[in-house]
Amino acid sequence: MYQFNYRKASSVEQAADLRANADDGVYLAGGMTLIPTLKQRLAAPSDVIDVGGLDDLGGLDVGATVRIGALTTHADVAASSEVRNALAALSDLAEGIGDAHVRNRGTIGGSVANSDPAADYPAAVVALGATVHTNRRSIAGVDFFRDLFETALEEGEIITSVEFPIPARAAYAKFPNPASRYAIVGVMVAEVDGTVCVGVTGAGPCAFRSAELEAALAGGLSVAALDGVSIPSGNFNSDLHASAEYRAHLVVVMARRAVAQLA
Amino acid sequence: MEVTLSVNGTSHTLDVPDNALLVEVLRERLGLTGTHVGCDTSQCGACVVHMDGRAVKSCTVLAGQADGADVTTIEGIGTADELHPMQEAFRECHALQCGFCTPGMIMAAIDLVQTNGNLDEQAVRDGLEGNLCRCTGYHNIVRAVLAARDNM
Amino acid sequence: MADTQTGIGAAVRRKEDARFITGAGRYTDDIDQAGQAYAVFLRSPHARATIGGIDRAAALQVSGVAAVYTGADLVADGIGDLPCGWLVKSKDGSDMIQPPHPPLAVDRVNYVGEPYGVVIADTLQAARDGAEAVVTDFNELPAVVDVATADQADQIHEPVPNNQCYDWELGDSAATDAAFAAADHVASLDIVNNRLIPNAMEPRAAVGDYDAASGVYTLYTTSQNPHLERLVLAAFVQVAPESRLRVVSPDVGGGFGSKIFVYAEETAVIWAAGKLRRPIKWRAERSESFLADAHGRDHVTKAELALSADGTFLGLRVNTIANMGAYLSTFASSVPTYLYGTLMAGQYKTPAIHVGVRALFTNTAPVDAYRGAGRPEATYVVERLVETAARELSMDPSEIRRRNFIQPDDFPYETPVALTYDTGDYEASLDKALQHADYQGFSARRAASEANGNRRGIGFSSYIEACGLAPSQVALSLGAGVGLFESAEVRVNVTGSVTVITGSHSHGQGHETTFAQVVSDQLGISIDDVEVVHGDTGRSDYGLGTYGSRSIAVGGSALTRATEKIVAKGKKIVAHNFETTDDNIDFEDGVFSERESNRSMTFAEVAFASYVPANFPLDELEPGLSEKAFYDPGNFTYPAGTHVCEVEIDGETGVPTIMAFVAVDDFGHVINPMIVEGQVHGGLCQGIGQALLEHGVYDEAGQLVTGSYMDYCMPRADDVPSFTVDTTVTPCTHNPLGVKGCGEAGAIGATAAVMNAVTDALGVKSLAMPATSETIWKALGSAG
Repeated sequence: MYQFNYRKASSVEQAADLRANADDGVYLAGGMTLIPTLKQRLAAPSDVIDVGGLDDLGGLDVGATVRIGALTTHADVAASSEVRNALAALSDLAEGIGDAHVRNRGTIGGSVANSDPAADYPAAVVALGATVHTNRRSIAGVDFFRDLFETALEEGEIITSVEFPIPARAAYAKFPNPASRYAIVGVMVAEVDGTVCVGVTGAGPCAFRSAELEAALAGGLSVAALDGVSIPSGNFNSDLHASAEYRAHLVVVMARRAVAQLA
Repeated sequence: MEVTLSVNGTSHTLDVPDNALLVEVLRERLGLTGTHVGCDTSQCGACVVHMDGRAVKSCTVLAGQADGADVTTIEGIGTADELHPMQEAFRECHALQCGFCTPGMIMAAIDLVQTNGNLDEQAVRDGLEGNLCRCTGYHNIVRAVLAARDNM
Repeated sequence: MADTQTGIGAAVRRKEDARFITGAGRYTDDIDQAGQAYAVFLRSPHARATIGGIDRAAALQVSGVAAVYTGADLVADGIGDLPCGWLVKSKDGSDMIQPPHPPLAVDRVNYVGEPYGVVIADTLQAARDGAEAVVTDFNELPAVVDVATADQADQIHEPVPNNQCYDWELGDSAATDAAFAAADHVASLDIVNNRLIPNAMEPRAAVGDYDAASGVYTLYTTSQNPHLERLVLAAFVQVAPESRLRVVSPDVGGGFGSKIFVYAEETAVIWAAGKLRRPIKWRAERSESFLADAHGRDHVTKAELALSADGTFLGLRVNTIANMGAYLSTFASSVPTYLYGTLMAGQYKTPAIHVGVRALFTNTAPVDAYRGAGRPEATYVVERLVETAARELSMDPSEIRRRNFIQPDDFPYETPVALTYDTGDYEASLDKALQHADYQGFSARRAASEANGNRRGIGFSSYIEACGLAPSQVALSLGAGVGLFESAEVRVNVTGSVTVITGSHSHGQGHETTFAQVVSDQLGISIDDVEVVHGDTGRSDYGLGTYGSRSIAVGGSALTRATEKIVAKGKKIVAHNFETTDDNIDFEDGVFSERESNRSMTFAEVAFASYVPANFPLDELEPGLSEKAFYDPGNFTYPAGTHVCEVEIDGETGVPTIMAFVAVDDFGHVINPMIVEGQVHGGLCQGIGQALLEHGVYDEAGQLVTGSYMDYCMPRADDVPSFTVDTTVTPCTHNPLGVKGCGEAGAIGATAAVMNAVTDALGVKSLAMPATSETIWKALGSAG
């Protein structure tokens, strides 16, 4: 790691001030992505602003929606019986992120803010039409992810919570990278307000909704509806672990498996 | 900067660099070298300790983040004369060879048993995905965790 | 008393575990010296480049930086090259060509990660900052990455035309050609044995210390064989004479071959400790381990098996290109030759075999021994071919093996590839494996998988290995640079406890337990009274360390020879006490007794008497009770067995799942079955890893693509099943314990079994390793 100033924020406002006054500040939540990046000297921030202690960014609120505080860990989401009762697909998704130790530290806010193309939460954010609340505004989930590691967040903006509508039905299926255990592809299929939505992560530069799969499933959520369906692999990621073509195939297979869970 | 942590029941107030990692504090400042470093991408799990009761990778926690926390390391769970049931199970089941992954593996396994009511073999294998071992092929580690499950 | 609970054959819980499970193990990185500095190496970012200049001025300005050394500094100080310890001759009689291998590159670099300098500073942070401040002028050259075409690519080393280190052969070429001419059927395969990166969980490390008062250098390092480390550093690199160089390998966190070798880093660290008169510490980051630990395997092979119509093997022809990487690592040359070609007979009576191996250099990390070293590659060739032949002749894969096995009454059996197997019963292991695997029930299981839209396959591997390295006479005649015996010292202390000092080294194998079992059994004393010391050239005479499944077969034999001497001396002491002759004294279960009398002395009494030498006839009987032995084996040992793997393949995704894995191995007599099973488990996991997960990949520019656990796929707990492990026993005929060695068997046998199962499931002849889900998915498509 390069040297930096570690600043522990005591409020969202103070965090934003610290960031605004830093030469090159970054926010630190759980640190599951940022700290490895710092350790490898791939980033050299002047200030690391730890928002991890901010109580008002924690917690879970399950009512008409599932509202998850930005600092809520994956483990806490996975373990919450309230979340499981309301939105089991999200519990399943959280339970499959990283490994146990990562889930004990990693947070939903950190995950979403990072827009890692292989992160799990983004599939749920776009599929369920979640709202990303920040210290400045609320952003529709479907508009949130812009590109590889690029989101709608402005400089210094802090995610405070992510709010998911409760769908009639939803399920998540993930095909993990055998080495890193990130998603090679992850697919969430949901029925929200009578509309079938399919959120895909891992396949492209950032999470997206699959028009092809949504069209195929519009007539009904059945595995058979996906028979013979294929999706274009044109802009998909291609690496050592999976070609774009294989990813495109896996997206359909994972969609089938998610739909099968709904039956 | 100054941090205060409780480690294995003893409180320490230390002046550390802003970029110090928890594992560096444990190993280099407190001499607790049972916690190991096996990778630089936060994946091998050799450095797992408990922070406020949960298993974390101490190589991926800044000292500042651990300020005020309760930390338990492999040195804090049992002694040679009075082993923790997980330590005892690892010995009894030959769940270690070179011993390098062992402290992290044991700390991970304890958290796994504590947070999961009904562990079967598959759940143990899934639950240990954050800990690499190159010696045992995991066979005896899985046996040990299942054995300790019944004694914890 | 000899104790059936702790003696030879008992599943004794390990003595060393007490420290490992409490966090009290002491690894190299746990060692700190007062006033120590930290080393960070300058590593080449390019696969091939010349170095125009190295500007260290800015680095020296970084606060805390004590020195920046480059390759030229070592050369100027008379530091020699890192040698390769095995001279292989080409088939035309010429010596292999060994390019210069300076510990720190001087004017050119030849692989990404090659060290060319070292920055030493008061803190690790300062050393890292210093390393970043060094400005190096590289002139990048095209990299030679593909080994299959390396002989036609740019010449990497000035003295090595066509990048060829040697062109070696073994066996009878004419007889093999004749066998193929007479064959009814020829099975052939093109095989790539994928490059692996060893990944012991403890990264390599070194702490160098120089004591100016005595002139003694002490190197703590992660070595599998500290004496060899000392020998090379003294005799070849010339850091210091052996008498003033102590090498200590404390607890070492796994090796698997990668810590046999003498590397640049510890060389530079111990040298610099002398230059700066200050302790220096280095610990590899994992990313450095990926780049600069010696890798394993990496062969390209064409193999053919000639058969008669009834499935009898007539001849085997193998041509292999072996990737050496950029330089010859310590034992690199021996791996694809004497540890590979010599194993091509497998368990079979193949009458004619010819093996040709060309070793080529590329701009990649050096390749050397990795668990099994040559023998997994040989087994993979033979066992994939045998399975292929069975399929092509529509024979049951177990039956074609049975038909060709060397039979128990054929031993000793001289193979056409220079080895003489002493003993074995291959059908016994095969039969037991078939039973454990419920081979009869396989077709029903396959049908059930297919009914679910999946595929299922079963695969065999009846491997043999030559281990217990090695008879020095044989090794030296074939080009080894050192003898391969082992030493042991049994030091009986005054009150009867015993200190055992071995030249073997444990980095997970449990010597502190098994060696204590052997000694307690042989001397009839409690295992608690035996302490095993290893890993310190300051405490043991000499030793060759641990690799090649040699510790119990060679080191344990040395130990046995030493305890025999202890008993003989004890008898003399007792005879003196009883005023009789030693041929009247018996020794059993820790008691020396006079035949035809009721007089006896316990082992502890004899120990005490030996140090209280009242009236000893000093010209015949020296005081004390401490004996040493050097044991040089008469032959290799030949563990063998059959592994059976059953896989299911997800018909939609191609994901392979190992449903069952059976390993039945013949290790001869077993000292501690618990430890032996553990060794097998670990080996199997590595063998499975090679087949399904692991691959060291360089891109065309020679950059390592799989440089971290994000991309190099290590087997995790949920990638492997619980294993079914069993043994058969034919005792080794030529060592005193009848033992063979078990450390590598799992890794040697497993890979072929897995790939035979995967190809069986898919109905394809061959498939590249690792058989990833995508590779399999594509094969599913092409297989219809």
